[in-house]
Amino acid sequence: MIRSQVLVCGGTGCTSSGSKAVLAAFEEEIVKQGLDEEIKIVPTGCFGLCERGPVVIVYPEGTFYSRVQKDDVAEIVEEHLLKGRIVERLVYKDVAEDVKTELKDGFDPSKVSLNDTIFYKSQKRVALRNCGVINPESIDEYIAVDGYAALGKVLTEMTPEEVIKVVSDSGLRGRGGGGFPTGRKWSFTAANQADQKYVVCNADEGDPGAFMDRSVLEGDPHCIVEAMTICGYATGATEGYIYVRAEYPIAVKRLEIAIEQAKEYGLLGDNIFDSGFSFNLHIRLGAGAFVCGEETALMTSIEGNRGEPRPRPPYPAVKGLFGKPTTENNVETFANIPQIILKGADWFASMGTERSKGTKVFALGGKITNTGLVEIPMGTTLRKVIEEIGGGVPNGKKFKAAQTGGPSGGCIPASLIDTEIDYDNLTAIGCMMGSGGLIVMDEDNCMVDIAKFFLNFTVDESCGKCAPCRIGTMRMKEILEKITEGNGTLEDLDKLEELALYIKENSLCGLGQTAPNPVLATLKFFRDEYEAHVVDHKCPAGVCKALLNYTIIADKCKGCTKCARNCPVGAISGQVKQPHVIDNSVCIKCGACMDNCSFGAIIKG
Amino acid sequence: MKSLAELAAIREKMKDKVVLREGSGDIRVVVGMATCGIAAGARPVLNAFVEKVNEAGLTDKVTVSQTGCIGVCQFEPVVEVFEAGKEKVTYVKMTAEKAAEVVEKHLKGGEVISEYTITNAIS
Repeated sequence: MIRSQVLVCGGTGCTSSGSKAVLAAFEEEIVKQGLDEEIKIVPTGCFGLCERGPVVIVYPEGTFYSRVQKDDVAEIVEEHLLKGRIVERLVYKDVAEDVKTELKDGFDPSKVSLNDTIFYKSQKRVALRNCGVINPESIDEYIAVDGYAALGKVLTEMTPEEVIKVVSDSGLRGRGGGGFPTGRKWSFTAANQADQKYVVCNADEGDPGAFMDRSVLEGDPHCIVEAMTICGYATGATEGYIYVRAEYPIAVKRLEIAIEQAKEYGLLGDNIFDSGFSFNLHIRLGAGAFVCGEETALMTSIEGNRGEPRPRPPYPAVKGLFGKPTTENNVETFANIPQIILKGADWFASMGTERSKGTKVFALGGKITNTGLVEIPMGTTLRKVIEEIGGGVPNGKKFKAAQTGGPSGGCIPASLIDTEIDYDNLTAIGCMMGSGGLIVMDEDNCMVDIAKFFLNFTVDESCGKCAPCRIGTMRMKEILEKITEGNGTLEDLDKLEELALYIKENSLCGLGQTAPNPVLATLKFFRDEYEAHVVDHKCPAGVCKALLNYTIIADKCKGCTKCARNCPVGAISGQVKQPHVIDNSVCIKCGACMDNCSFGAIIKG
Repeated sequence: MKSLAELAAIREKMKDKVVLREGSGDIRVVVGMATCGIAAGARPVLNAFVEKVNEAGLTDKVTVSQTGCIGVCQFEPVVEVFEAGKEKVTYVKMTAEKAAEVVEKHLKGGEVISEYTITNAIS
């Protein structure tokens, strides 16, 4: 009889910090201690707190161990699993304040579970509900948490029209970034008659810093299989494709396992639940081109052609994959579907704001304490996400801005930190929900440099089919380089803006239409920073090397020669016990002198 | 998969295997598993609790877990039963047989077996 379960995260984050070795050590250790009949070790998907990985949760206590290494395993098994003594040094202790107050006798880690931590308490997990809870490679565990019940309900009790009505009424909007109402999308495909229709799942997650789709696929692949089958029934499609990038090997493997298991159980294939409905699912691997995340380019790629977008209309609902009506949704959108069917449209619509229902998953990254994955109700303020759930900006630095939506998005400056995050509020401030990457920046980040980084990315990833995107983004990048090198003029800023608006209006697909967003947003909120580069030839954050000068303050310099000895290019000269001097024509601005100075005598600016 | 009944059967069969992860039930049974507890035979007691709670179908109501030494080593194996809104009950010198009885009478029936409690042992 199993009395305790040890969940070991097998997501990509924890795998890279060594969770595979931890898992193996647990398997070995419980056998050694003769506990293998009583304790079950379960590999799971992502828990979300990647920063603290490898993460291990022990039930029934719900004890949350973080940064567990394989050498810690013997201690956990012997102390916790055998003797019931929690290994306090490994327990994640960032507990919510109200929980601390409840625990009158002070903080007792044995009474604190995962759900008491600030990181988890403020979240509302719908799309991620099974991630880190079930073994993603076991269809039985998925069924145990009501998996495939929604599919059963749909196929035995509901008409396709009823399914679409529930999805429409729920208010679910596309989670890939566009925010188009999912129910309406489905109804378009359903309305078109054809001998063959398709369902496509867009798992070509390409934004730098975004990894929510990967985590869903790795942690709960069956829910995507189930949701796509439901979508097939609702829209009249019998074939589905999951387009996932080859850089996600764990996700691909788990999807393959899920599809095999579903076929074996008759949950995919012919005549599912004896309803007469048949559905088949295929995986297509993308080679990692960003443009393939655009729906028409993605379909072109599935067809075996070079991934280039095509003009719309005709929209995929009319003429999509292989020229047939196609419904294409993002991973996270699909992940919400089974819950909406089971719990009803009203339940889903009760979460969120007036026009943005439900929850949204964000991948927190950049200058933030809790790097990881969070799912919050729409309408949560950015402040709550960054300061509470994210644990704030580390090293006492000041929050400057949050970048959302990756290379297609914009940024939210510190002055708007109380913005309630939903589709419309973000659009209103010239930002974009995007797929959910949320990169936090502090005072050490240069906004011009950030804009240049994303432009570099889009220049690389532009497919080259249309001129505004191919040539326009290149010209923008050149102007940004000019500015960061200190050669910009004020006219350049106007030119940049004009070019940006032109590219937005005239590009063929979403990539070009959104590529100028990072520049437009930074120009809007941080124009002073651009002007500092152009007019004063200064980079206020001290990032742009061409505008940076290191100087030694003569009064503070003791002449210890440490800086001169550490300078890799010999740019510093001076006599022992005499103030030293940096020759800026030789200096490569590496900062080694500043890092090594014991007297704080070197400044940059 | 031809029917909802088949799906329901798998769900029922698997439910016990994941219910542990849903967190605490209303009642918490905590077995002292320090060196003193283990030496006095706490392992079979713990396993008996897990097994009997499952058999009685109480898994969604009762959480069986373990703890370290609570300081009354002469009375080990010690088992504490916590229930929201009620006073803690401490059973002492437990055995697997007594555990089965506690599950049946106390956890299921709501009746404390005062004969096995620490209050009885001291007085």
